[in-house]
Amino acid sequence: MSGISQDDVAHLAHLARIDIPSDQLGHYAKQLDAILHAVEQISEVAADDVPAMSHPVPMTNVFREDIPGVSLAPGLAVASAPAVEDDRFRVPRILDEE
Amino acid sequence: MSDLTRLTAAQLAEKIAKREVSSVEVTKAHLERIEQVDGQVHAFLHVDAEGALASATAADNAIADGKPLSVLAGVPLGLKDVLASKGLPTTCGSKILEGWIPPYDATLVTKLKEAGIPILGKTNMDEFAMGSSTEHSAFGPTHNPWDLERIPGGSGGGSSACISAFEAPMSIGSDTGGSIRQPAAVTGTVGVKPTYGGVSRYGLIALASSLDQAGPCARTVLDTALLHSVIAGYDPKDSTSINQPVPTVVEAAKLGDIKGKKIGVIKELGGEGYQAGVTARFEEAKQIIESLGAEVIEVSCPSFPYALGAYYLIQPSEASSNLAKYDGIRFGLRVGDDGTKSVEQVMSATRAAGFGSEVIRRIILGTYALSAGYYDAFYGQAQKVRTLIKRDFQAAFEKVDVLISPTAPTTAFKIGEKLDDPLAMYLNDIATIPVNLAGLPGMSLPIGLAAEDNLPVGLQIIAPAMADDRLYNVGAAIERELVNKWGGHLIDQIPDLVGGK
Amino acid sequence: MKFDEAITKFDPVLGLEVHVELGTKTKMFCGCSTEFGGEPNSQVCPVCLGLPGALPAVNKIGVESAIRIGLALNCEIATWCRFARKNYFYPDMPKNFQTSQYDEPIAFNGYLDVDVDTDEGRKTFRVDIERAHMEEDTGKNSHMGGATGRIHGADYSLVDYNRAGIPLIEIVTKPIENTGKYAPEVAKAYVAALRDILRALEVSDVKMEQGSLRCDVNLSLRENPTAQFGTRSETKNVNSLRSVERSVRYEITRQAARLTAGEKIVQETRHWHEDTGITTSGRSKEQAEDYRYFPEPDLLPIEPSREWVEELRKTLPENPAVRRTRLMAEWGISEIEMQNVINAGALEIILEAINAGVSQTAARKWWTGELSRIANDRGVELDSLSITPAHLLRIETLIAEGSLNDKLARQVIDGLLSGETDVDAVVAKRGLAVVSDDGPLIEAIDAALAADPEVAEKIKSGKLQAAGAVVGAVMKATRGQADASRVRELLFERLGVSEQK
Repeated sequence: MSGISQDDVAHLAHLARIDIPSDQLGHYAKQLDAILHAVEQISEVAADDVPAMSHPVPMTNVFREDIPGVSLAPGLAVASAPAVEDDRFRVPRILDEE
Repeated sequence: MSDLTRLTAAQLAEKIAKREVSSVEVTKAHLERIEQVDGQVHAFLHVDAEGALASATAADNAIADGKPLSVLAGVPLGLKDVLASKGLPTTCGSKILEGWIPPYDATLVTKLKEAGIPILGKTNMDEFAMGSSTEHSAFGPTHNPWDLERIPGGSGGGSSACISAFEAPMSIGSDTGGSIRQPAAVTGTVGVKPTYGGVSRYGLIALASSLDQAGPCARTVLDTALLHSVIAGYDPKDSTSINQPVPTVVEAAKLGDIKGKKIGVIKELGGEGYQAGVTARFEEAKQIIESLGAEVIEVSCPSFPYALGAYYLIQPSEASSNLAKYDGIRFGLRVGDDGTKSVEQVMSATRAAGFGSEVIRRIILGTYALSAGYYDAFYGQAQKVRTLIKRDFQAAFEKVDVLISPTAPTTAFKIGEKLDDPLAMYLNDIATIPVNLAGLPGMSLPIGLAAEDNLPVGLQIIAPAMADDRLYNVGAAIERELVNKWGGHLIDQIPDLVGGK
Repeated sequence: MKFDEAITKFDPVLGLEVHVELGTKTKMFCGCSTEFGGEPNSQVCPVCLGLPGALPAVNKIGVESAIRIGLALNCEIATWCRFARKNYFYPDMPKNFQTSQYDEPIAFNGYLDVDVDTDEGRKTFRVDIERAHMEEDTGKNSHMGGATGRIHGADYSLVDYNRAGIPLIEIVTKPIENTGKYAPEVAKAYVAALRDILRALEVSDVKMEQGSLRCDVNLSLRENPTAQFGTRSETKNVNSLRSVERSVRYEITRQAARLTAGEKIVQETRHWHEDTGITTSGRSKEQAEDYRYFPEPDLLPIEPSREWVEELRKTLPENPAVRRTRLMAEWGISEIEMQNVINAGALEIILEAINAGVSQTAARKWWTGELSRIANDRGVELDSLSITPAHLLRIETLIAEGSLNDKLARQVIDGLLSGETDVDAVVAKRGLAVVSDDGPLIEAIDAALAADPEVAEKIKSGKLQAAGAVVGAVMKATRGQADASRVRELLFERLGVSEQK
């Protein structure tokens, strides 16, 4: 299963939007490979008929009533933003629309 | 004055309630102690003297009016920098959040404020709680007050160090894989990870949502229980919060009676890989338990050897998603926005500059584990192993009331010793991780010093979900016996920090 | 290539993805208002802004609406389902993941029957529904600088998160086959029928021009109806019924032309341009996105009990087809007349007007006639016009009292459309009351007869139709405010002619 290459790291870094300098890719690849090798032992466990557990507490149907709450006071939403214009978050140009 | 910093939270609360001493005096004493020793310890990232004294004044006034706010009214604490606190910097030990001032309080912080507990400041931590040594803080490591060249545990090293250095009588930590219990173990203090869902996660900045739990840290079992009772309880803002009465932890901490109880020793958590001094103290603790009239039984949890692997897939996976929001758009750091770059380039530059290497490592690992084609083998399989671990616990609790193990395989290691070896670092959490995977409550209790290095050793106590009171009952019984034996708490044996900066 | 030629060469396969914004009071996961048109970033909180530490909590009405939509679309309702995180970075998404549903939608396997006029008369096409699932909306980007205000060439963008977190239901069809040359009409009829159902369910205001109902059109061509599916294009944001039909027609001709020229269809996102009626290439999807879906750890699974589902089933409105048949009988109108009502999108508002007290004939006359024409000219939905059932009721009352006539009523409508809000105020301000005093009418009749002496002779000699000219002149002189039948009566009286023969 394992065997993580520099290209893999570059691809994953792009998916995760982290600009890893190319001279560090090898370093990360080596470390990740070692970690993956260690965690891979879980594949030894025969667990075909075992249900996956996503939550530690077995609860369901937890809902909130549709009752308005309190929004942030005017201006507070953008107060900590690196760049703001007209109460909106200013961001560099976007290449393509989702 | 400085005597005040040596008192327990329970003692301080009593004196403040009786108006023998004011909360302002107590708070000032601790602020002075911080001033005196934090240059060496570096437990705090931010000290809020003004805010703490204002809360102290309010707590004093409430008591003067005959309306004490809580059992801990006026007793100050240190707050791990992983909890959002309105108007106070909240960094999670990361450069990417430098300058962020939350516009809201975590539910836990609201409870502290309502209880009249002054917040001295925000304590240091591994960046986004990823680590076992606090060396991964972007703002420099915290030093263990037992030996300043050693780590105070992690990720909540600031929270454990501030109480063992008498900078605060108690503190709040958070525990995703052991970040409350392992720091407690290596600093000779008490730390509890409550049942998952027992303390609201609203405002607790997420590392891994299905594992994270905030909890109390202090120097005695009773102090820890008092703080636990203040912060626990149902919160509709956290969908995973349990809507049940808070376990009667304070009563249990006062009881401390284990006669006739069955205490299980987890076979898989001990032996090879555990430091000799740790094992010796653990064996001694078993004898104390038996001497108190409880039965010690060995139980096997066969899936536990796979817990570390499952944990280091689930936690980075959830973290990779939880940490996506740090993109330099709505808050915090932004790097490289020179007008020529696209938003994608600026996001990528910001995240590369804002995150430390351990965070980057785990984000990449988590991204990989969730990727199409790998999901079933990694994340999916890890979730199944999680079920098996929960089943192991369920089977064990059919035989015993609580389970015990050493909290950590070793005492505090030297700063820098494991920094370049992530895998060695991860092994520190080997005994604490299964508890998080199953969502159970766990305590670390100081049980003495290891003979070879004179450093504290912790005993881990584990109870079934929502039976947190059992931790305190067992912990109090053992603690009482040890205090009798030593003529004081273990923390009283800590060497004096040299005063002055 | 023309459409008729394209359709003889290729067989189209349609797929429609409709996003409906629910009309809940609050967002899907927090208590912020969903109201349209607020000041930028005024309807946001830590949850929908994705601030560190904030946690989602599911809106119960959002879930109930999803189940009711599923039931109305003949779907099965899941006995157990979950939210998942869809991970991708985009500045309009505060958390950089969308809380959505992945392989466990709340409703699945349904259908909707739609009627389309064909060469062989009206024919019913069954559109199979793959799934309906819950998710949250994104914020809104405005592209600044550059020439066009469009994304390409913009210097930067501004983001408003008021819309972020508003509940969305995504309704996805299975591939719709065997529609042949009626594909554009089937697509339009499906979206129209879906809109009617959603409106009748009162789960959304379904205003396409405000974006509360958005449609993505998938289309592929193949050689013949038994061949494998071809490569499809996904045309995004087709936001009017007319555009749904036009975009399908356009894509069929575009793809047919490419295929005929020996070129390949690229799997890509395409953008629809309402003004020019064409689609243009967007992002290529050749490299499949890796969204790294995993179960949302901050939210718990949903297990709709069968009792709950049946309770919700009882709240469903009458099936639209059944209701139409019933109304045709009640109103005594033909299928064609009913089709006029449906095509005008006027059924709901007519029913509302009838409920308000307007006669069904008057309600139908206005909403399918004059008002429908105006709405069409303006390219908006009927209920976006500033004419309400209450206005119509008042106008009809005035007509019945004889103080307005049809012609004057149209002028009242003009007034209301230009922003005035009170019928009586428009009447008063414009002096629109019918002249009920005979004096001015007789004066006007005499003036008209004096201007054209021959006409009096004609009428007297029995050519009663000549009276029309006099009546017309009088109406003109009184600016339409005369009651034409009264003018006629007075004219004959004046000339001593009896109308009965």
